[in-house]
Amino acid sequence: MNLLIFYTLAGIASISALMVVTLKNIFHSALFLVLTLFSVAGIYVLLGAEFLAAVQVLIYVGAITILMIFAIMLTHQLYSRNLRQVNEQVLPAAFIVLLFFVLSVFTLVKTAWPLSQNQMPANNIFELGRLLMSEYVIPFEVVSIVLLVALIGAIVISRRDKEETSK
Amino acid sequence: MSEPTLLHFLILGAILFALGIFGLLTRRNAVGVLMSIELLFNAAAINFVAFAKYVAPDGLAGQVFAIFIITVAAAEAAVGLSIVMLLYRNFKGIEVDKINFMKW
Repeated sequence: MNLLIFYTLAGIASISALMVVTLKNIFHSALFLVLTLFSVAGIYVLLGAEFLAAVQVLIYVGAITILMIFAIMLTHQLYSRNLRQVNEQVLPAAFIVLLFFVLSVFTLVKTAWPLSQNQMPANNIFELGRLLMSEYVIPFEVVSIVLLVALIGAIVISRRDKEETSK
Repeated sequence: MSEPTLLHFLILGAILFALGIFGLLTRRNAVGVLMSIELLFNAAAINFVAFAKYVAPDGLAGQVFAIFIITVAAAEAAVGLSIVMLLYRNFKGIEVDKINFMKW
């Protein structure tokens, strides 16, 4: 049963990811990105990471794709429908990506993974919160500084200069 | 029906990663490039969470790092999209192959 759910979710994720990178209309790509992110959230549930699935839906689907759609609408040009959306390196890129994919699948199949028979802690979210506040407290603080810097950086970059606004 | 194994999730991660690289290499629209980068982040996060379940289940380190990946992705999207807006304001277009003024 779980395998069936996995194949459904993985199929949706892969096909819509293909749509994201190949569709001509960038707005449709953004909508397919939402679908991909939703099915990745389903994959997280399948892997027993319910909190991550919720975070995925909240942050990726709720915030990042909305930002993307805003950026697409703000930079939309009337002629962009006729604009070529891919550069002239499609064939070499496809070849290299295919090579990369075959090589990585080959490596993944050949590697003997040190599988563990232990079970994940039953109270997953509780354990995650405890880890973030004890063992991983320094990365946690660093990542909050990263967010602060990104916030300030985004404001500084997109702000207009004084002389630019006066003219 | 049996359970999916670690390999299933790793191959899904490889598929998403390959598609993300393809988009990164071929997209002309800067927002399209950013969307491909989000695909790459997701592929890495799937691998982390899969390893957290199958290889090191007692520490949950993989899930913690997946949270950090999502945080960094949010920061990257904010900065990246503000750069896109700045490019649009200065060049009246966001085709990344036209923006080559830093090329020597």
